[in-house]
Amino acid sequence: MRHILSILLENEAGALSRVVGLFSARAYNIDSLTVSTTEDRTLSRMTIVTHGSDDVIEQITKQLNKLIEVVKVIDLNESEHIEREMMLIKVRATGKDREEMKRMADIFRGRIIDVTEKTYTIELTGTSDKLNAFIEAIDRTVILETVRTGASGIGRGERVLKI
Amino acid sequence: MQISGAEIVVRCLQEEGVEFVFGYPGGAVLEIYDAIFKQSQFKHVLVRHEQAAVHAADAYSRSSDKVGVALVTSGPGATNAVTGIATAYMDSIPMVVLSGQVPTPAIGLDAFQEVDMVGITRPCVKHNFLVKDINELAETIKKAFYIAKTGRPGPVVVDIPKDVTQKLAEFHYPESVSIRSYVPVLRGHPGQIRKAVNLLLEAKRPYVYVGGGAVQGAAEQEVTELVRSLGLPCTNTLMGLGAYPGSDPQFLGMLGMHGTYEANMAMQNCDVLIAVGARFDDRVISVPSHFLSKPKKIVHIDVDPSSIAKRVKVDVPIVGDVKYVLRDMLDQLKESGKKPDPAALAAWWKQIEEWRAPNSLLYAPSNELIKPQYVVEKLYEITGGDAIITSDVGQHQMWAAQYYKFDRPKQWLNSGGLGTMGFGLPAAIGAQLANPDKAVACITGEGSIQMNIQELSTAKQYHTPVKVVSLNNRYLGMVRQWQEFFYGTRYSESYMDALPDFVKIAEAYGHVGFKIENPADVEPVLREAFSPALKERLVFLDFRTDQSENVFPMIGNGKGLDEMDLPPHMRKTDEPDAERDYGNLC
Repeated sequence: MRHILSILLENEAGALSRVVGLFSARAYNIDSLTVSTTEDRTLSRMTIVTHGSDDVIEQITKQLNKLIEVVKVIDLNESEHIEREMMLIKVRATGKDREEMKRMADIFRGRIIDVTEKTYTIELTGTSDKLNAFIEAIDRTVILETVRTGASGIGRGERVLKI
Repeated sequence: MQISGAEIVVRCLQEEGVEFVFGYPGGAVLEIYDAIFKQSQFKHVLVRHEQAAVHAADAYSRSSDKVGVALVTSGPGATNAVTGIATAYMDSIPMVVLSGQVPTPAIGLDAFQEVDMVGITRPCVKHNFLVKDINELAETIKKAFYIAKTGRPGPVVVDIPKDVTQKLAEFHYPESVSIRSYVPVLRGHPGQIRKAVNLLLEAKRPYVYVGGGAVQGAAEQEVTELVRSLGLPCTNTLMGLGAYPGSDPQFLGMLGMHGTYEANMAMQNCDVLIAVGARFDDRVISVPSHFLSKPKKIVHIDVDPSSIAKRVKVDVPIVGDVKYVLRDMLDQLKESGKKPDPAALAAWWKQIEEWRAPNSLLYAPSNELIKPQYVVEKLYEITGGDAIITSDVGQHQMWAAQYYKFDRPKQWLNSGGLGTMGFGLPAAIGAQLANPDKAVACITGEGSIQMNIQELSTAKQYHTPVKVVSLNNRYLGMVRQWQEFFYGTRYSESYMDALPDFVKIAEAYGHVGFKIENPADVEPVLREAFSPALKERLVFLDFRTDQSENVFPMIGNGKGLDEMDLPPHMRKTDEPDAERDYGNLC
């Protein structure tokens, strides 16, 4: 089953590689990983999307907690949460495709952030499923390139992850 | 006053009360060695290979309550240390390894003797540091010692670039450190402990399974009190030997792949299992599904939450220091004034005694060939069961574990987790330095001893009179045993041809050597080796043992705890070993 883990860790050199190394050493899966510092510069916040049985996810969270630099780990799946991913997608936009592409971007609440005579670059935010849906909805042959951030997640309501 | 980084390192070690640093100098640590030269508070032990420095520091730690310290240079010095570090990591041994590094401006430029030590050791340390700023040096070393010895112990590497050892700074050693992201649990949850006590009191077939956590956690008194006060049967893992006295009648012997029949049968058939600092390792319970096929309630006490529910789901997990948790359990038991049902317990013991009666460790004695088991038995007798025993890895390790009855913890030092050949001799040196008044013997084989035999030189230099008991069967014995059982007796590369004359090797290093070929000579030669005349000498005993002896009982891979292959006298049929079904290969 897919799980989305939020990890608060010390903003120190090597901390990221410890987390990534743990996943490869113990043969866990990483579907996506995002990381950046928080408003407190001494801390980084990481979101890892992974999948595995309940036993495996339990081991992953325990092993993450065991890393000296990891401050806290929560499995966002355990309660209501919101997740977002951003994608930048560059598409060929010529002739009748140009108008069609604009319409599709609007339908998915995307924004065209760069325009040339032949291309559009569209910024799209949403769940990973929504980004996948957009790719499915447009003509594959017009896609020039895509770049995705991977999911970031946060608990709904009063639930917060901090020290 | 400002002092150099190298002097800071030395001062930190002094502040920590370090007695010995095991190491080997080289370019990146020359400043530190110069600072060591100028002090006399701790001694440096010069090994002959960095792997041995780490094993010696590791065994120094295993046989005392101190943190072992090793010091190696950058590059090859650091990589040579890795096997030792991984060995300590697998067995949760507190240790600090200081490694030199090329100067900070040279890092990443493929400098001479540069290797990414922090990267290489990341998967086999509890934690590691690269110190880039001299102002963080003292605090980092303090943290390293703190992390190494608290919680589930383990090795910590501190990688120190040469320029950091040359710069100057004020020295301030913090009294204590706190790390917000690292807060080990000490006390167990009272509610969980209550559940464990209730389960134990309701048990009909209780069993106590004690691992290395009880040795590292110094919980031997609590374990013994629990087992004795309730009249429970008890087993120790390979790493737990000594946590409960090996010569006690309530001790069923070691369990696992080469455990006794009674220890393994009780493990399979108990109804309430108390696991103390043990981790349901594959060499202990074999296949989890088979182990759980007999229903049982499991209480698992461990300081490391990730050890719990890793291989086996348990009913009552208790995260905490085993010593504290057992103390709380004992208090609750005393308060309740209750004991498990005596009739049920008596019936359980009757069953256990039936399993015990045939003696699964019985072996056929011989007047012609030296039986390896006999050598260990005699060693046990002659040392009064009081020696510190180190071992290497293979058949001799299992015979040492089976036939030497360890009555106290920290008496048995072996590489149980990683299974590192070459551990025994440097470990014996480290243990002897930590315990100058104890007899120390290294039970080894002609394969393992040659993996770090150069340490005979270190033993000479530092006057560590260890006794090397080599069970020389001219085979890599455990490999040969598996090839006999599982590979149609095709002894691929397991025969040791062109063996050296070990007596001459011992003598060349300035020691005493004996070659023993006759069973009648085993006892007198052992007596001589441990006699006052040779008390101050390293004695190398080259026992030429029976080449075909196998370790029994044995659980074949894929087989369950109650599916052991038994020694010949307990077999129902008289099939020869090679034609028996030893389970799946893996």
